[in-house]
Amino acid sequence: MANKILLEVVTPSKLLVSEEVELATAPGTDGVFGAMANHAPLLATLKIGEMHYLNEGNTVSMALSGGFCDVSNNRMTVLAESAEISTEIDVERALKAKERAERRLQEAEARKGDIDLARVQTALARALTRIQIAGH
Amino acid sequence: MASLKDIQLKIVGIKKTAQITQAMNMVAAAKLRGAQQRMEDFRPYAEKFSGVMGELAGAGINPDAFPLMAARPVKKVMLILVTSDRGLCGSFNANLIKAAGRFLKTQQEEGREGCLACVGKKGNAFFKKSPFETLHSSVGIMDNIQMFNARQVGQEVIKLFLEERVDEVQLIYGRFINVAVQRPTMNRILPISTEGLEEAEGGGADEGPKATYTYEPDPEEILNNLLPMFVNVQIMHAMLETGASEQASRMTAMDNATRACKDMIDDLTMVFNKARQSAITAELMDIVGGAEALK
Repeated sequence: MANKILLEVVTPSKLLVSEEVELATAPGTDGVFGAMANHAPLLATLKIGEMHYLNEGNTVSMALSGGFCDVSNNRMTVLAESAEISTEIDVERALKAKERAERRLQEAEARKGDIDLARVQTALARALTRIQIAGH
Repeated sequence: MASLKDIQLKIVGIKKTAQITQAMNMVAAAKLRGAQQRMEDFRPYAEKFSGVMGELAGAGINPDAFPLMAARPVKKVMLILVTSDRGLCGSFNANLIKAAGRFLKTQQEEGREGCLACVGKKGNAFFKKSPFETLHSSVGIMDNIQMFNARQVGQEVIKLFLEERVDEVQLIYGRFINVAVQRPTMNRILPISTEGLEEAEGGGADEGPKATYTYEPDPEEILNNLLPMFVNVQIMHAMLETGASEQASRMTAMDNATRACKDMIDDLTMVFNKARQSAITAELMDIVGGAEALK
């Protein structure tokens, strides 16, 4: 208890994780950071990427798609637009999403303008993260 | 008086209607449970979100520096109207539409232009025929409410606001108070007010002493990221509430309908029995009269 931090991962559809952990790392916009017990108060925005936490020797990985993170009072709250634990990821769907995003990216480059490039890129990033996490 | 056959047919018909309304009542009850569950699931997110927003508001930011918080003279007001996609839920949608109409009319009387963004088929269908312009509509999404639906609406609204095509955005939705009561409720969502943020803090802030935060990146940057999300969260919240209210309202409406059907069946059965009895009496009289004549 004393050297653990309460990690909560919350998405609009549910409270995904609520657990005391030894270490948690999150993909901050300014770089990946980790938090352990009694971390100084921190408020950070997150980008699309991987998040891991360590508890009693087990590492759990998650794919996050943006959001932000609040660390205070020995508690780390991650608010993500979506988050998936590695074992729950539907790899096939992620692969399809990746293909679709790549195709659209090519289209977007071919005839600029009518496809929102930024959106396709985030979709691709999301799919890639998912695939990578699921491969662990 | 209608013949025996006619009355019987009518009774059968009403019985079938009662069956349907009863089934709809049960379906609505089941869906309400789901909708309430989703509201429950969303609550931690909304609360935590508000907590962080409150934290930031306390960090001494200047509202005028943020386009989404800057108030300007209001020439055009936009109303986001959240209704259901389906009917047969009593006066639920009618109440929302009426409240929206009233609001738009008052705005007009006060010399401001009114326009709409409709979420849900019912409001969209109604205001299509009105003089008020509908700048955005999302229909067919209320059966399966997802965060990206709310985000779409949010992005559109924010774009209109930043392009100064609208100067203020209000949100009206059916607030779910309990199974029996749902009330049209209005909130201003743009420009975001600092009071709104501080209020939000009361809603979700943690107990314990305020700590000095490290911000990564700086508070302004974070707030710039969060403000649009705050709008989306509010829209999402409104959609979930409306979804639950719709089902609750349908449950009550269908319950009333089933009861009305039963009353009608009772009345008609009474009429039917009377008619049957008088027919028997008439027949007996005939037979007795005929026997009398043969003597």
